[in-house]
Amino acid sequence: MSGLRVAGYGLIDRSRTLRFRFDGRAFAGHPGDTIASALLAAGMRVVGRSFKYHRPRGLCGAWVEEPNALVDLHLDGTSYPNVSAATTELVEGMDLRAVNAWPSARFDLRRGFDLLHRFLGAGFYYKTFMWPGWSLYEPLIRRMAGMGRLRGDTPEGYLADQCHDRCDLLVIGAGAAGLAAARAAAEAGQDVVLVDDHPQPGGGLWAMGGQVEGRDVADWIGAEEAAIRAAGGRVLLRTTAFGVYDHGLVALAESRGAGPGRVLRLWRMRARRVVLATGALDRPITFAQNDLPGILPLWAAEEYLGRYGVLAGRELVVLSNHALAEASCARLEAAGARVTRLEAAGARLRAIGGRGARGVRALEHDGARHDCDALLVSGGLTPLVHLWRHAGGKLVWDAARDAYLPGKPPEGMLAAGAVNGTYDLEQALEEGRAAGAGSQVRKGQARTGGAARKDGFRPTPLIPDPAAGGRQWIDFQHDVTLKDIEIAARENFTSVEHLKRYTTLGMAADQGKSANMAGLAAMAALRGRPIPEIGTTTFRPPFVPVPLALFQGARGGRRLHPLKRLPLEAAHREAGAALGEYGGWLRPAWYGQGPAEEAIAAEALAARRAAGILDASPLGKIEVMGPGAEAFVNFVFYNDMASLAPGRLRYGFLLSEQGVVLDDAVVARLGPERFVISCSSGHVDGVARMLEIWRQDVHDPERVFIHDTTRNWPTLSVAGPRAREIVAALGLGVALGAEDLAHMRLRMGAFRGAPVRIARVSFTGDLGYELTTTRQAIGALWQAALAAGRGCGAVPLGLEALSLLRAEKGHVIVGKDTTGETMPHDLGFEGPRLRKKAAYVGDRGLRSEAANDPRRLQLVGLEVAPGEAPLEVGAHLLARRGADGGGGGSGGDAEAGGQEASQGFVTSSYRSPFLNRPIALALLEGGRARLGESVTVWHLGARRRARVSAPDFLDPEGKRLHA
Amino acid sequence: MQQYTCPFCGLRDEREFFFAGEAGAARPDTTGPVSDAEWAEYVHMRRNALGRAREVWMHLTCGELFVMERDTLSARVLRCVALRAEPGSGEGAGSAEASGGEGAP
Repeated sequence: MSGLRVAGYGLIDRSRTLRFRFDGRAFAGHPGDTIASALLAAGMRVVGRSFKYHRPRGLCGAWVEEPNALVDLHLDGTSYPNVSAATTELVEGMDLRAVNAWPSARFDLRRGFDLLHRFLGAGFYYKTFMWPGWSLYEPLIRRMAGMGRLRGDTPEGYLADQCHDRCDLLVIGAGAAGLAAARAAAEAGQDVVLVDDHPQPGGGLWAMGGQVEGRDVADWIGAEEAAIRAAGGRVLLRTTAFGVYDHGLVALAESRGAGPGRVLRLWRMRARRVVLATGALDRPITFAQNDLPGILPLWAAEEYLGRYGVLAGRELVVLSNHALAEASCARLEAAGARVTRLEAAGARLRAIGGRGARGVRALEHDGARHDCDALLVSGGLTPLVHLWRHAGGKLVWDAARDAYLPGKPPEGMLAAGAVNGTYDLEQALEEGRAAGAGSQVRKGQARTGGAARKDGFRPTPLIPDPAAGGRQWIDFQHDVTLKDIEIAARENFTSVEHLKRYTTLGMAADQGKSANMAGLAAMAALRGRPIPEIGTTTFRPPFVPVPLALFQGARGGRRLHPLKRLPLEAAHREAGAALGEYGGWLRPAWYGQGPAEEAIAAEALAARRAAGILDASPLGKIEVMGPGAEAFVNFVFYNDMASLAPGRLRYGFLLSEQGVVLDDAVVARLGPERFVISCSSGHVDGVARMLEIWRQDVHDPERVFIHDTTRNWPTLSVAGPRAREIVAALGLGVALGAEDLAHMRLRMGAFRGAPVRIARVSFTGDLGYELTTTRQAIGALWQAALAAGRGCGAVPLGLEALSLLRAEKGHVIVGKDTTGETMPHDLGFEGPRLRKKAAYVGDRGLRSEAANDPRRLQLVGLEVAPGEAPLEVGAHLLARRGADGGGGGSGGDAEAGGQEASQGFVTSSYRSPFLNRPIALALLEGGRARLGESVTVWHLGARRRARVSAPDFLDPEGKRLHA
Repeated sequence: MQQYTCPFCGLRDEREFFFAGEAGAARPDTTGPVSDAEWAEYVHMRRNALGRAREVWMHLTCGELFVMERDTLSARVLRCVALRAEPGSGEGAGSAEASGGEGAP
């Protein structure tokens, strides 16, 4: 194939030249060229290497069907792997490299793989790399396989727009039928969108040339487009409809340009009706050596001529099995080529050519040699029915056309033109107009075959002949040959879906565009059955490869998952806070510039000696109101909340129906019909939604109301032995004495006129107050608390120190110190399970066999010697199981006998600066009956000993708490 | 992307909705004895029907629950009715699923 430009053809702008490089060599093309057309015009026979055997490959298509011409693109300092050369428009300065080839497509060092083809047939990897394990071979094979290379400058997370749109009629494909359909509908007043993946409308008309309805092709196309636009229709070019999804959603990928300047947009189009006018593709012919560079589909050669003014060769042999090829030959001859036309049906065929870069030199046809520099083949036409199948439309086998055609239509979709098997221009226009108007002309005639059609297309079915010898290629992208199909058939992978997976036939970019029908025909021939009995594989979106960035759109990183921000964020930053994400909120982790561990230890120590002042604003504040509130809160909580008096607080658990702890919360009863649920900061959204479901489902939604006020009411927590004097200094107007405001009591006060809820509650185990006020007042309250605390040594507290302090007290963080199986009695809260009479969520789950298993994982503390390092979080607790099989509750140091097994793990672990020793929380089988026992702590092979203790390391008597 | 009709807000994209469970999973009265089989039926057993299904969904943007009848094979939505409008309301959202699947860390 010594391609050449032909004057007077194509849509390219010859007045300008674009320079680019391919495999290190300089080339030139014109605006309007694709990479592939420019390479073809420059006479490049070999544009890539095949996937498996590294065979030299030329172009086998002119557009989305091209299987091999993938290139790595480098442009303006950025790289893009696996760019399709056939569909990417040429841009000045492109630096391209063929994939799967090194150093270049022409001189690929791995070309020797081809010599091994006898051993590399279908199933080779499955059969060969079984012993001792695939994982041994996988890295090496992966490195040898694969296509393009990711480089450091490959852009990530670049943005694609996403648009949502709707229309009355979406026409897919702007060829003759599509243009006619869109114009008919637009002029009838419909809101029409016409999409086409090429840069200009016209479809196959550019290749066909000549006249349409008495006008030159270019004029007719221009007039149709103008009429559609004039009638209010939209024409989206360079836009591929790549999938039809549920409820009539059609996904369109719009892509303009290449490299950093590429514009990418996803359209989610909802159309009342869709007209499919996607056309048809040439079918390859299966014969020996049919993959040599220089052999390409007849229609692709016509596209290269019609759109880009490139002739595939001067000496052409056209091999086909149908009459439409005659017109093609005439057009190619008119462009200056010498054409020999040969009949494919029944002939013994073999392509002759070098193994190297020169490609095909002749076709041996029933023993006669026909020299050529390009061999153009057409084994019939394959309508592009992909989207029809996405939408759920049926296919029917049309024996006369030797193809699957659209049958029973899916709701709201019609087909028109070549996709319908209608290859006559006049009839395609007629079909298009009818479909645009909403009726399928010739409906039902698809089944009757050629009789009603005027195009004279009656291909002679080609039956692949395994006995013909030579290597006959079926799938050019995956190096699947007729022999591979034979192996699959012999090994009983005869179903098309099995065939596809065993041989990789039709996978990846092909998706049934060209290889599928050849594969089906081969399997049909091997089994001696007609093609419709073989069936066809499932067509799945996307029709063409689309960048993942398209689906991401702008919703990446923080835009996908925005941080919740504290009203006091500025104050924290001013105080030198290191901010981190905690449960979706950006919160102070610690304060100060020094090493984190020192800062955290200093904060924790100050909080124990004086007080810690914490921004606890994200703490849940879900209000439950109404006459049914008491019964509702009592139902959704494990604990008895009906007996909670107004002005009091109670700690409790929210369970799943299985009895598993979903979250813990402090419930405040503000009045007879008003509760506030303070659940964990990170769980507020989920808890609010769960409560809402229980409210509407099982309760009377007219008697209970739920309102999440978390963000309206910021909270400060002041906790430590000096907390009382700090809060007193704020002048909230509430007596704070131990008798006035006991632990778990609530009072309403005011700070400079703003309401403040004062709850005496503690997470750290020290005397503590939570002050909840308005967003307007929180800034001043924070500053006042800091000022009041400064004199007695109180400090602002970050989340890391808080986490340490609560662990000293043995308080759990749900999700950290609990698992998806932890129940409240595992955490030491046994009471309600035994005593609560009213129904509550999870009650029956807590009475299950699993809930009463003595070997349940229970919360314990772990102690090691003061000088040792803290235990590793996640470390296993090993103990020997006795012959009775039960480790839990066996007591003592069960060293003797039995199998050593993991009986739990460390959930939280810190070095306590206040206690001056390591502390840890753990979940341990039957742990609460094993206090004092010594266990082995195993982490990454290292063993240590630890002693099981109660989880409260700080103040088991509660003296600090009730101070 | 599918589209559902919230009885309060109209036709909206699927991503605005939250699946709350199959309809008809009535919570047994747990103040009395409930057999393992009865409890398992409520908590675990789902019809997962091929074809016509009745489900409870929440429209997240308005927070209302409704019963949706749809064909799981054709993805066709047959009927959307507010939960509170359903007669007898002992509809049962299968809240076991909603609480089991959500809210936890």
